[in-house]
Amino acid sequence: MIITTGFDAFKSILVRDIILGLRNQSDFVNPLIFFIIVITMFPLSIGPEQETLRQLAPAIVWVAAVLASSLSLDGLFRTDFEDGSLEQILLSPHSSMLLISAKILSHWILSGLPLILLVILSGSLLYLPITGVKTLLITLLLGTPVLSLVGAIAGALTMGLRNSGMLQALLTLPLLLPLLIFSVSAVNNALKGLLVSGEFYFLGAILVLALTLAPLAVLSALKIRLG
Amino acid sequence: MNNMWQWLTKYASPMRFYLLVNKLTPWFGWSAVILFLAGLYGAFFYAPPDYQQGESFRIIYVHVPSAWMSMFVYMVMATAGALGLIWKTKVSDAIARSCAPLGASFAFLALATGSLWGKPMWGAWWVWDARLTSELILLFLYLGFIALQSAIDDRRSAARAGAVLALVGVVNIPIIHYSVEWWSTLHQGPTVSKLDTPSIHIDMLIPLLIMITAFMCYFAAMLLIRARCEIIDQEKNSQWVGELVLGMDAQNE
Repeated sequence: MIITTGFDAFKSILVRDIILGLRNQSDFVNPLIFFIIVITMFPLSIGPEQETLRQLAPAIVWVAAVLASSLSLDGLFRTDFEDGSLEQILLSPHSSMLLISAKILSHWILSGLPLILLVILSGSLLYLPITGVKTLLITLLLGTPVLSLVGAIAGALTMGLRNSGMLQALLTLPLLLPLLIFSVSAVNNALKGLLVSGEFYFLGAILVLALTLAPLAVLSALKIRLG
Repeated sequence: MNNMWQWLTKYASPMRFYLLVNKLTPWFGWSAVILFLAGLYGAFFYAPPDYQQGESFRIIYVHVPSAWMSMFVYMVMATAGALGLIWKTKVSDAIARSCAPLGASFAFLALATGSLWGKPMWGAWWVWDARLTSELILLFLYLGFIALQSAIDDRRSAARAGAVLALVGVVNIPIIHYSVEWWSTLHQGPTVSKLDTPSIHIDMLIPLLIMITAFMCYFAAMLLIRARCEIIDQEKNSQWVGELVLGMDAQNE
């Protein structure tokens, strides 16, 4: 493929990362298994009462999603950093910001999107009614890209360090708390039959903010780590 | 403008900064001591007991200044980090790095005093009050910054990575603050927070203002001492540090 425009370059990195991700099946599947295991831990520790689980369901799903996504982000830049292709990406004549965004988008497609599909399953595990599942899906649709974007900042900052996974989670989780607050309260309000457009607007605003600013921060962090 | 620029670039040199710090530190240090004594005297003897909370309100003289300082220090840290990123000045790296443990201590002090005050007032050591919660998250941000700094061996790279993290934090702090406030109002009714009322009695306010100035001076003195150590460590292979050490040896002999 001859790459002439920035969009071609964006597409080729996106396709490359998705193919690589799908070939390393464990990298792609393990966070999803982790997600289901974390969800299973709650009924086992709280007890199987339907009412309690239904109340806690949105919180459990979101906490599990945040943890699973932050685990899977550890590998986002690591392999490219180790084999030197990250430097090549930054040296390319195309906008580095665009190419970095392609990497983040590929992470979302491989981790966020399957997570959203799994939510339908986990909703029934936790007895969440269908209105709750619908709202939960929308919050995850708006929220999981933010997990990838904000996580990528920490992933870039901790790239190549010892214990990078733990450190990365430590840096990301406090920044994701607003997301958790709005998403969970949206589902809870939907279950009570209240209007949830306010929460959706907030989540949308957070998404737009992350989309515009996070690639900038990721790029400068990568340049710093590469020296 | 031009003069200010010259002044700034002059003290961006580590050696000049070191000499300036040596002159300034005792001033800030002693002012802090005097103001602390005055402020504490005012807090314990001058300010009247609160009509509702009695004597236990007096903890605000430590709680409020440390909560304010914890936010102020984050801003200083982020500003120093940004200056370091833009102009690559070594002094601002040292300042940003020195801010983090101080800010974390202020945040911890605010949480600890808030918790001590909460026990008699709210009947619990910890209440998920919006302000306490955002203070806790601020402490997490500080701890993340410290963890990142200590994980990166190269000083220059650590400083720049820390600066990016601090700036990301600055964008996030208002979002975190308002989301937590919103979350708290959704989950529980308004908590008994006397600090919200702007109508504080003047006799209570004066010691508070003195204490805040004392905290500021204390922070400035500690920041300068820490930054001085950082700069000496950072510049340990440079000529002027070598001369400085030789000069000290000569004095001791």
